[in-house]
Amino acid sequence: MTERDRIIIVGAGHNGLVCAAYLAKAGRDVLVLEAADRVGGAAVTREFAPGYRVSACAHLLYALDADIRRELELESHGLRSAHSNLKTVALEAAGEPLVLAGGRVIAGRLALDDAARLEDFHARLLRFAHVLGRQHNRRPPRIGAGGRSEALAAATLALDIRRLGREDMREFLRVAGINVFDVLEEAFTTPLLKGAIALDAVLGTNLGPRSNNSMLNLLHRLSGLALNGATGPSLPQGGLGAVTAALAAAAEAKGAKLRTGAPVARITLEGDRVSGVELEGGETLPAATVISNADPARTLLTLVGARHLETGFVHRVRHLRSRGTAAKLHLALAGLPEFTGLAAELVGERLLIAPDPLYIERAFDVSKYGACSPEPAFEITVPSVHDPSLTSSSRQHVLSAVVQYAPYDQRASSDAARNEFLDRVLSVLERYAPGLGRKIVASELLLPADIEREFRITGGHWHHGEFALDQFMMLRPVPGAAQYAMPIDGLYLCGAGCHPGGGVIGSAGRNAARAVLNGERSS
Amino acid sequence: MSHPEPLAVLDQRDEERLQAIGTWGKEHFRTAVYQTPFHPRTSVLNVLNEWHRWKDYTTADAYFDEALEYAAIRNACAVFDLTPMTKHRITGPDALAFLNRLVTRDVAKIKAGKVGYCVWCDDNGQVIDDGTIFHLREGDYRLCSQERQLDWLMRSAPGFDVAIIEDTHDVAALALQGPTSCAVLKKLGLTGIENLAPFGIAFFDLAGRELMVSRTGFTGDLGYELWIDPAGALDLWDGLFEVGADHGIRPMGTHALEVARIEAGFMQAGVDFHPADQAVRLDRSRSPFELDLGRLVDFKKPNFNGRRALLEEQRRGSRYRFVRLDIEGNKPAKSSYIYDKRKNVIGTVTSAEWSPSAKANIALASLKMPWGRPGDELWAEIYYQRELKWSRVMARCRVVEGAFFDPPRRRATPAGDF
Repeated sequence: MTERDRIIIVGAGHNGLVCAAYLAKAGRDVLVLEAADRVGGAAVTREFAPGYRVSACAHLLYALDADIRRELELESHGLRSAHSNLKTVALEAAGEPLVLAGGRVIAGRLALDDAARLEDFHARLLRFAHVLGRQHNRRPPRIGAGGRSEALAAATLALDIRRLGREDMREFLRVAGINVFDVLEEAFTTPLLKGAIALDAVLGTNLGPRSNNSMLNLLHRLSGLALNGATGPSLPQGGLGAVTAALAAAAEAKGAKLRTGAPVARITLEGDRVSGVELEGGETLPAATVISNADPARTLLTLVGARHLETGFVHRVRHLRSRGTAAKLHLALAGLPEFTGLAAELVGERLLIAPDPLYIERAFDVSKYGACSPEPAFEITVPSVHDPSLTSSSRQHVLSAVVQYAPYDQRASSDAARNEFLDRVLSVLERYAPGLGRKIVASELLLPADIEREFRITGGHWHHGEFALDQFMMLRPVPGAAQYAMPIDGLYLCGAGCHPGGGVIGSAGRNAARAVLNGERSS
Repeated sequence: MSHPEPLAVLDQRDEERLQAIGTWGKEHFRTAVYQTPFHPRTSVLNVLNEWHRWKDYTTADAYFDEALEYAAIRNACAVFDLTPMTKHRITGPDALAFLNRLVTRDVAKIKAGKVGYCVWCDDNGQVIDDGTIFHLREGDYRLCSQERQLDWLMRSAPGFDVAIIEDTHDVAALALQGPTSCAVLKKLGLTGIENLAPFGIAFFDLAGRELMVSRTGFTGDLGYELWIDPAGALDLWDGLFEVGADHGIRPMGTHALEVARIEAGFMQAGVDFHPADQAVRLDRSRSPFELDLGRLVDFKKPNFNGRRALLEEQRRGSRYRFVRLDIEGNKPAKSSYIYDKRKNVIGTVTSAEWSPSAKANIALASLKMPWGRPGDELWAEIYYQRELKWSRVMARCRVVEGAFFDPPRRRATPAGDF
């Protein structure tokens, strides 16, 4: 094997590592280059205060693909679950929280027959989510390309929808693109229940509950649970970094080489095809194939350069929507936090602050105009309850929360704006967990601009681009380049910017590896 | 009274530019059409008072007699007000790289002081427009186009250190075409103009103003295009007509030019092909190969808009062929269907005229592949009217290579006096 046969993967996020592992498994010479000093991308565990470790970006595992888990033998490479099927706890500032496990109500009061409806509603959502989940490991069809295999791929998707049966199919087609607010209004009465479901539909997106595509995001979030038959997400032992550590171990075991602290400055071309990469230090590494785990805009506009691509394609990539709005809060705590009305044994579940859908919508409203929400919504985990490895003593705890909305915006990213937002965030938390402030040893608030900087994600958007019907499947990241091969020979994408999108799934990496092995070109 | 806002304010620079031009042309909002800086002369000469709107400028169809105006192109010289042609100025360190990504041919081969004909495509290899690149001075380019292209140019700019402006309104331009055009310019004081080769550019001083002259045109004859600051427009016009009087100089409108350009075999966007960015139906646009412009496609360039699609087209074959037809009879085959052996429609005529110089019934046509090979039996279905009665004739067509009328004086350098 010559250097020219080498495959370079830019970025050791979970998808890059999955891709590396499959290619190495197929006997290819693979080198993964990671800019940071550790592998993992946005699925990492790191210390944010002395003695306190936390999943620094993604903090829950929803949908890690079961085939990948099995085929790459991730368990034997150290992947353990600290706690699985997390329950959802919708917190109430002054009163009893609502505790949900899948479609079942464990505790809390629901109005009228909401509890009974919830079971049907949830079951139906899971059936819809299953349709999306079944697409994870498939290469999206090419639109308008003709040919039997493309027609077959499109037909398979249509058949999956058709197999829902007439009633479900109609409902699926009706709700998949619309907003979660309207769907919840049709189904339920209890504000707390609606708030909890609405938050799941907008987490990590630049959407409010009344924005179209929020239902699609909800289904996407549930797709992994639907496939794995789980009632809730899980916490890996050692945080999300343990997932990528296992993937890295698997990739290395198959023969892939990993190199950290190697930021790629440029993807180099020779004529009309890829010739390798150039590192920020100036070192050049030849490769016949370069697969980028970076987001599409960064890969194509920064690493390759717009001038090496065609105008229409560049225009589409430049207009990908990837405005991050989710902040990440990390608190180092001297003791277990106490939430009003919540039993101590439930603190380790998934805690939501989203009292009703309009609360979230109002939080979203200001973010449209560049400001952080004065009353933000939260998804909170206290993973140290299940995972003592995250703190140096069992009395210490870490709290990890996704906080919305903090828009990717110059004004919202100044130190003054950050401090003001942190004050707001802590004061809202204090309302739900009186006395929390006194337990805080250290805090870290990552705004989208920080996420962009630390994880090198354009716009600080977890999903490498909004998950919406116009950036979905055969349109993700852009039409004409949704099958992992980019319009430069030898260049591929393998990250969340491709189908099936964000969340720690791994399928984009696996599908990209298959595209490389099949020698696919973009049309 | 205060001036209204310009119709489209592009940026600060554009606004300053508009201010710098002064007020002429800013009154267009009263008529919804611009006048060119030559209007004070053209409006007097247009005794027929026949005008149309060309890219929002009022433009003469004909001035006094379109046949005589055409005759001036081929036998003396004729002046055409070219100002409405869309002009862009492209400068900056990446100007060449930008243009090379934009158009299909290799712009590096267009040296400073030269003009090159080119087409540009969308990502699907379909032609958006054709035009000319003027390499004015090292790294300083003018792109002339039939359609407005600023949007596409700006869309193509990310990634390049390049400055792009549309300066259609800031440059007054005339075409002086015909055998005596060189003699007229010599008399105007443009010393050495006869040595300017076809597609060459030269700069002269005309009463203290810079006059740019290019040996270019849309007639396929000996001829020049003259470019000047709008403030010098009328002096230029007056100077030409003064010295040109003894050389048969005439103004010409678009009707006369249309006959000449078809004789030269030149195609026109919006007439002979539909600009790809305006096409809704998939089969309406054309690739450069489908317009007989394969010579303008240089695959040695590693990237340009449409390259991947055009390589693919070469592999699987084109859909259409652009041909020049010599049709029997004397009835112009305007908009005719073309048939194979009288049975199947295999194409349409896009432009047609009786050619006074070639003494032939000529047409440009787009045919489905594989038709249009030399020796193919082709028939044009021609409808014509005599005293309100329509008649139809099927006329045999012959595929012609190159221009219908191509006089040696077009290329001779030094240019002749005649």
